[in-house]
Amino acid sequence: MTDYVSALSIDISLLYPEIALLVAASVILVTAFLGRIARLAPALAVIGFAVSFLLSIEQWGNPKAGFGGMVTCDDFGVMFKMLFVIVSLLTLFIACRYFKVKGIDRPEFYALLLISTMGMMVMANSTDLVVMFLGLEIMSVPLYVMAGFNRHSLMSNESGIKYFIMGAFASAFLLMGIAFVFGAAETTNLRRIVADFNYIATNHRVYLYAGVGLVLIGFGFKIAAVPFHTWVPDVYEGAPTPVTAFFSVGPKAAGFAVMLRVFIFGFADIGLLTGAFWILAVLTMTVGNILALRQENVKRMLAYSSISHAGYILVALTVGGADSLSTAIFYLVAYTMFNLGGFAVVTLLETRAGCKSDFMELSGLAKTNPYLSALLALFMFALAGFPPTVGFVGKFYIFSAAVKAGFVPLAVIGVLNSFVSVYYYLRVIKTSYFDQLEEGRFASVTVTPSILFVLVITAVGTLGLGFFPQRLLEMSQAAVFAFL
Amino acid sequence: MSIDTVIFFISAVVAVFGATMMITQRNPVASVLYFIVSLLAQAVCYVQLGALFVGAMLVIVYAGAIMVLFLFVIMLLNLRGTEDLGASTGRVSRFTKYLVSILLIAELVFVIKSVFIPATTTGIMSMPADEFGNVAPVSKLLFTRYLYPFELTGVLLLVAIVGAVVLAKIDRGDKKRVTDELEESAGQATDGTAG
Repeated sequence: MTDYVSALSIDISLLYPEIALLVAASVILVTAFLGRIARLAPALAVIGFAVSFLLSIEQWGNPKAGFGGMVTCDDFGVMFKMLFVIVSLLTLFIACRYFKVKGIDRPEFYALLLISTMGMMVMANSTDLVVMFLGLEIMSVPLYVMAGFNRHSLMSNESGIKYFIMGAFASAFLLMGIAFVFGAAETTNLRRIVADFNYIATNHRVYLYAGVGLVLIGFGFKIAAVPFHTWVPDVYEGAPTPVTAFFSVGPKAAGFAVMLRVFIFGFADIGLLTGAFWILAVLTMTVGNILALRQENVKRMLAYSSISHAGYILVALTVGGADSLSTAIFYLVAYTMFNLGGFAVVTLLETRAGCKSDFMELSGLAKTNPYLSALLALFMFALAGFPPTVGFVGKFYIFSAAVKAGFVPLAVIGVLNSFVSVYYYLRVIKTSYFDQLEEGRFASVTVTPSILFVLVITAVGTLGLGFFPQRLLEMSQAAVFAFL
Repeated sequence: MSIDTVIFFISAVVAVFGATMMITQRNPVASVLYFIVSLLAQAVCYVQLGALFVGAMLVIVYAGAIMVLFLFVIMLLNLRGTEDLGASTGRVSRFTKYLVSILLIAELVFVIKSVFIPATTTGIMSMPADEFGNVAPVSKLLFTRYLYPFELTGVLLLVAIVGAVVLAKIDRGDKKRVTDELEESAGQATDGTAG
């Protein structure tokens, strides 16, 4: 007998964080039938995330590869694993109360959240296009369900269906692209593609380029880059608000993780890609910001704002090189902090009866809930990129890296764009501080412990990382050096 | 004439017959049933070629799963044989149909000419490599080199099932709430036109 196990380097220890999440999800699905114990689902999910986080920390600084080169567990992957767990945990804390108020609190939600997070981890850790695709699907299928989770709401149903159809469409592009790449390279393994790149590029140029282009479109859908962004506003507006918060951060970070792996590590030598990324970055920033100006709904505004933030990160990808790429990872973490914080406030406000997150509903918030509106202002300042928040530090790093590498026009367009964005972020602050609303129109908000926890974490992250960005930047650099 | 050849011709004739009947039936249920007959006959051809795995998959996946799904959809949509499906009306669609048919026939002739005519020595049904299309080589790859993607596919199927149940399961009070909202939005729509 051949010793398949050692020949194929099957090493379960690479997958411990993923397995922890899967086990937690399975336990929740089983206990869902057990009446009272089903109420423990959020607690079980928290335990699953915590265990997974600890197991991820264990993997830091100890790069390993396994499963015939399909899995690479380097610092880059571990960094993203930790980010995904943080995003999902914060989402969970935001979601608890909201789902109870809306009467859709069901244990399956937490299982779906766990499995979706597991899919993201699979994506970030894969160096094989097939595994990447499977990870993407494991991430996306729960997202479709989560978007339509409020079955009593027509908007939520519409959101789920739209996301499902567009997502399936994007997956078809991605799969076709992978098939072309496989046709050109005779393998889906990125390491082997890198090793044979010159041979593939000279002999099967057309198929390789067609494949890479289609793969770019497929991932472009997931990170909501313009012109593949059309699904974003409706899906974000219709989905339950905590799910929207998750959409705007989690799948986006996972999409960027695989884009870094595929385009920066795998197909780095295709010169055309820089041009393609340049156009994508400019379009994504500009279109996202300009459309956000006209929104009357805070969720839709944040949807377009999340598009424009993807544009800033694309700037870092366009520039390339270790310095710039580490700023991309830095910005992803920073963006997670203040964007989730903003969404936590919006979610809290939406638990009031009859609220749909229109701008008008924010009026007079400073009077009824001064602390909450101060926090909202902080997150909006961070989104707009004001010092001393981490939003400023992140943008400063990205644009200065772009200027250093000689991409001056791109940096100028980026800075101009963040000036435009100031208008709609400040509008939130203006409405909550200076606009009046007739007394007693909306009940004042009660802050529950779970959402208070989220607000504290994100506020501390937004300010703390703004003052002391060094440690996070070092971690991002270590992550980038791990795969370059 | 060996028994193999006899079986091949019987199954080949049945496959073509089933396919022809499938596209000429007006009743969609009968159409689906004829398609299943055709698929089963094709599976026999695959088995004769030594591609046991492909044959079994054809029966299990296509005939067993996908066609049953079709049947369910047809029955749920309540399509009857008497209804005109509107497929053969309109000049443009007829022109397109003929164009596509001619192209397909031309392609078929071209492929047969280029592939089979020079290779007469190997015969119509040449046997490929020993283990080709068998369960063993497929499963060997599936459980060794592609173990990780294989297991991930299992997770994907699990989450798809859970998701479908979450969205489709009816809780008490569901119906009322959805109709309420439908009425509400209908009311809003009429308000909008009035104003």
